Amino acid sequence: MQDAAEPLLQVSDLRTWFFTDAGVVRAVDGVSFTLARGETLGIVGESGSGKSVAAKSIMNLLEEPARIVAGSIRFAGREITTLPEEELRDIRGAEIAMVFQDPMTSLNPVLRISRQLIETMTAHKRFTPEEARTRAASLLGRMGVASPEQMLDSWPHQFSGGMRQRVMLAMGFSNTPSLILADEPTTALDVTIQAQILDLLRALNADLGTAVILISHDLGVIANVCSRVLVMYAGEVVEEGRPEDLLVDPRHPYTWALLHAAPRLDGEIGNDRRLATIEGQPPDAHAWPDGCRFRARCPFAIERCAQHPELLPVGDGRSARCWVTQDGSPLHPPQRAAVSGETIHAGAVTAPLLEVRGLVKHFPLPRENFLEKQRVLRALDGVDLEVFPGETVGLVGESGCGKSTLARVVMRLTEPTAGRIMFDGQDISHASQADIRPLRRRMQMVFQDPYASLNPRMTVGQILSGPLRLHGLADSAAAARERVAELLNLVGLPQASAARFPHEFSGGQRQRISIARALAVEPVFVVGDEPISALDVNIQAQIINLLIGLQERLRLTYLFIAHDLAVVRHISDRIVVLYLGRVVETAPAAELFVRPLHPYTASLISAVPHPEAARSPRRIMLTGEVPSALNPPSGCHFRTRCPVAAARCATEVPVLAEASAGHRVACHFPGTLQAG
Amino acid sequence: MLRYIASRLLTSAAMVLAATLIVFLIANTVPGDPVLTQLGDVAANNPEMVAAYRHKWGLDLPMWDRYEIFLRGLAHGDLGTSISSQRPVLEDIEQYAPATVELSTVAFLLSVIAGLPLGVLAAMKRDSWVDHLARGVSLIGVSAPTFWLAFIMLAVFYGWLGIAPGPGQIGADQFPPPDVTGFMLIDAPLAGQWNTFWDAITHLILPSIVLAAATVGLITRTTRAAMLEALSQDYIRVARAKGLFRRVIMLRHALPNALLPVVTLGGLAYAQLLTGTVLTETIFSWPGLGRYTFQSAVILDFPAIMGVTLVVAMVYVVINLVVDVSYALLDPRVMRR
Amino acid sequence: MSQAESAITDAVAGALATHETGSGANRRRRWRRRYGLAALGAIVVVVWALLALLAPWITPYPPNAVNVAGRLTAPSAAHWLGTDELGRDVLTRIVFGARTSLTVGFTVVLIGGAIGTLVGGVAAYARGWAEEALMRATDLMFCFPPIILAMAIAAALGIGTRNTVIAMLVVWWPKFARLARSLVLGQRSLEYVAAARTIGFRPTHILFREILPNAVGPLIVLVTLDLGNAILVFAGLSFLGLGVVPPTPEWGSMVSEGRELVSQWWVATFPGLAILTVVIGFNFVGDGLRDWLDPHARRR
Repeated sequence: MQDAAEPLLQVSDLRTWFFTDAGVVRAVDGVSFTLARGETLGIVGESGSGKSVAAKSIMNLLEEPARIVAGSIRFAGREITTLPEEELRDIRGAEIAMVFQDPMTSLNPVLRISRQLIETMTAHKRFTPEEARTRAASLLGRMGVASPEQMLDSWPHQFSGGMRQRVMLAMGFSNTPSLILADEPTTALDVTIQAQILDLLRALNADLGTAVILISHDLGVIANVCSRVLVMYAGEVVEEGRPEDLLVDPRHPYTWALLHAAPRLDGEIGNDRRLATIEGQPPDAHAWPDGCRFRARCPFAIERCAQHPELLPVGDGRSARCWVTQDGSPLHPPQRAAVSGETIHAGAVTAPLLEVRGLVKHFPLPRENFLEKQRVLRALDGVDLEVFPGETVGLVGESGCGKSTLARVVMRLTEPTAGRIMFDGQDISHASQADIRPLRRRMQMVFQDPYASLNPRMTVGQILSGPLRLHGLADSAAAARERVAELLNLVGLPQASAARFPHEFSGGQRQRISIARALAVEPVFVVGDEPISALDVNIQAQIINLLIGLQERLRLTYLFIAHDLAVVRHISDRIVVLYLGRVVETAPAAELFVRPLHPYTASLISAVPHPEAARSPRRIMLTGEVPSALNPPSGCHFRTRCPVAAARCATEVPVLAEASAGHRVACHFPGTLQAG
Repeated sequence: MLRYIASRLLTSAAMVLAATLIVFLIANTVPGDPVLTQLGDVAANNPEMVAAYRHKWGLDLPMWDRYEIFLRGLAHGDLGTSISSQRPVLEDIEQYAPATVELSTVAFLLSVIAGLPLGVLAAMKRDSWVDHLARGVSLIGVSAPTFWLAFIMLAVFYGWLGIAPGPGQIGADQFPPPDVTGFMLIDAPLAGQWNTFWDAITHLILPSIVLAAATVGLITRTTRAAMLEALSQDYIRVARAKGLFRRVIMLRHALPNALLPVVTLGGLAYAQLLTGTVLTETIFSWPGLGRYTFQSAVILDFPAIMGVTLVVAMVYVVINLVVDVSYALLDPRVMRR
Repeated sequence: MSQAESAITDAVAGALATHETGSGANRRRRWRRRYGLAALGAIVVVVWALLALLAPWITPYPPNAVNVAGRLTAPSAAHWLGTDELGRDVLTRIVFGARTSLTVGFTVVLIGGAIGTLVGGVAAYARGWAEEALMRATDLMFCFPPIILAMAIAAALGIGTRNTVIAMLVVWWPKFARLARSLVLGQRSLEYVAAARTIGFRPTHILFREILPNAVGPLIVLVTLDLGNAILVFAGLSFLGLGVVPPTPEWGSMVSEGRELVSQWWVATFPGLAILTVVIGFNFVGDGLRDWLDPHARRR
């Protein structure tokens, strides 16, 4: 039996190593922390920091080749590392539960939801099947599911990611565990859904007293839910403390870097628009460097850093693993270069480089058989857009809004169903590929997935010289090699890269290669389809800086698509907000965030988790899920979730109309919904 | 669901029609005089018969009309006349089909009963001796020529060891029971001839093992691969995190997912069995369709070959239809959006 | 050294003792376990290929030399594998049979594979009605169990190796078409293909220079596994009396000739063993290739 004052979980010097063919990976290399009953702890770190492995180690859910090699994990008085499998099984799902990252693959597709929920409860013999079913329904209701009984009898594939994550949460809480491990539970979800899930998590912790360990790469997410946070880097805890303290006064350079590399909604944007970031990437996990593992990238490194620092207290309830702060020196905020950036950002007098009017794109879905009705996916349902030379237009929206489709239609990778696309005065809406080919020199695209956007069988040199040869920009092998060298230089990659294959590079480096490829033909217009979404925060900042620098040097025009509002705000001159295939609002960047007129924009902005939770404006919570693009609501697409919708919204489609200079909104009641 | 079945029925009907077209085309690309080929030696000495058949089959008419005549004939069950038996091919088929159906059904059951658990076990205990045994067995089954395996089994277990009964569906000392269904295993008990029943079973053992050999290999391999694939999925990790027993995870979570690709195999497995009978029955003197096909092929009894091909194709289309519908019933993602 | 660190050392020493990665001997052992069978299969195949190539020079007797007086003699010093019904040396005929089997196998699979890949690849890339038409044609061929259809076609064309090969080709390409289609479809949705289109490359260039090289892996696995299959099918057709024209030595027809000679078991047994070993060889190699390509099998 456990004493109430004793911590629920006590991890001491945990080491979990992977014994792979290529060597030993010391994924968790000496992590210690305690967790009291009912406490909320966040673990933040980038990929490869070891945070997920640490969580899995807590209930020893490790598979070959991973193994706990040292350290102790005491949970409710029991030593997890030495428990036999049968006893571990008793604890898993009952005392400790885990919620995983990807809701789309976490549920078994051939079993009904009821079955998957009930088996958790009956397996641990806490409930009979009948009791379990009743409890399952009430749990689902508690998690915000509208018709729990109906959902119980359905299958996972019939639900969206957000709904499935609610089911996962219900499964996790079904046996009222003392501890829930949530491994990036909202990373795969839209911002508005994420806000709902985080609120849910907070409420459950408050009501049921379940301790929560929340893992994320996003400090904002953690700050919203947790009272304490651990920062992990290279398998170690490098800082620990309260989120509000960390955010104001980071005591480890890595935390410092995380904070300044991530654009914030309320952050200042310096004249040069660059983000303060650190170079390089995390060290190779197969062989951690000696001394401080962050040293190679640290802007504050001193001589002493050659010696591996310990995690020592640096204040009230705080500790850090850094010689610099332990000596007492603070970490200065980055110097902003007071560059009077030559803003090439457009005068509105010039003609738009890209003009889109009433763009419609419908996809007929393949039919199962002859006798079914044809279903149509209305990806774009009437989009108007302009991009002027030299500016950056940010396109933002959640999943299903059609932003990727828009990118592809604008690039004429696919033909629009209706509407007009004018590029530099030329109508390319229905031009043939042969006609468009010469235009391809002038407009290019950078894609989202760094792993799928480069042909794995071609060297970087081949990937970059292909476009040159096709468009006749290099008439000899030597000329091509020269130009390839130039391009590599332009994006900050070493010359030796040309002979290597994509798989030898990291995600961030691959995106640089993609950018180099896009620039090879010397375009004037570049569309970025979520080019940084798959990257870690620091790498994101590097790429953002690169893109901004390239824009200034080469006088490029960008259409930048993203779902991260802070990034879009940082990089764009003007922003276009998309919802379910239609533009709902467009405005200059600064103005959009100060005075959002459309209810969707307002709720989107308020849903972004604010690091300073105490200071965040009152949330506008949207109910429900995004409707399917197969059957969008009549009239205004947003009306089903809109807090201020009226009868008129169902019958009349709102038109994108000018509300003030450069600020257009498509709403019957603009400006009525205010946050805060 | 009904719409799905209806649509698949339509497709199957189209496939059957296409099969008839293909068979017709094959039959009519025969170099040389089709009549002589179809009638064989009989025709060579009988010019009036040749002329009569030439007229009957409309050989002076364009292709489409001949195809129509062919189809009409099919609708009446006219598959031509076997050169060797001089009977309508359909009659021959009706006579020999039951023995083959009996044999292939037993072989199918055998291969499923042996193959599925073996595949599941092999996946559950990956790289153990069970796994290696399973892979070894499936490898031999898939690599050995069926006709050779039949010979070896007969030579070893009957010729050398003498523990298995000889060729034939029943022993020479048994009286065949009255023909009610055509299936020995049903007719014998119906007639109260339990000796014959037992005799028939012992005669079934060797041929069905041989037939099942290749199919066991196929099923074991596919089941193993499907189980391994299912076990690598995220939802298995979740199941472990819920604290479920390992056996429950394997059998209740992984196996239902693994069975899906195995079910789609059903058609392929059956095709293999049908093919196998052609190569096996002769060696066991099994009075079935396979031996009939073999004999027809050897003497180039053209009408018989075409007739069998067409019938087999139709059966195959039906089997595939059943497999598709079964899959739709098992995989909730297919029918319910 | 702190206490924690010395605790590590003990645990580490223990853990590392059971796992010596990176050591050359261990890596070799692991490779041998995983790919040993594949290597064995490759050796078998190569040996047979050599035998086939050098057949006239290494066999003791001419393959068709009839010697009625010496018919059906058991394996002996003079005839290592015995003689058949016409007194011909079984060993010689088996070695010469390898020529036919291997040639037919490679021909059918390589040509059928090329045709099928082309059809499937074009269908998957072009989509639309081209895909519909091509895949319907492919599906049609799947109406029939392959050997049955090959049998029908071969019977129609007349016996002889060439006709049988044609019959087998007709039956062989559909499975490659299906595989190629699903592979190309899988690649087609990847972003590097979209990138190639934005650069302005033509569809043929993208299909052949960008997509197909990435789809080649599983296709090669299928080719290797299928070689064994093709040999089996051809042997089966020869067993049925289609296929080679007698007296050409061929393994399937040799088994057929001996199928009733239970006491003179060597006539039918050895040719079948030849088939078995060759097919197992190809299957081992194919399995090894598949494991090598499979991401799940690697321990990362």
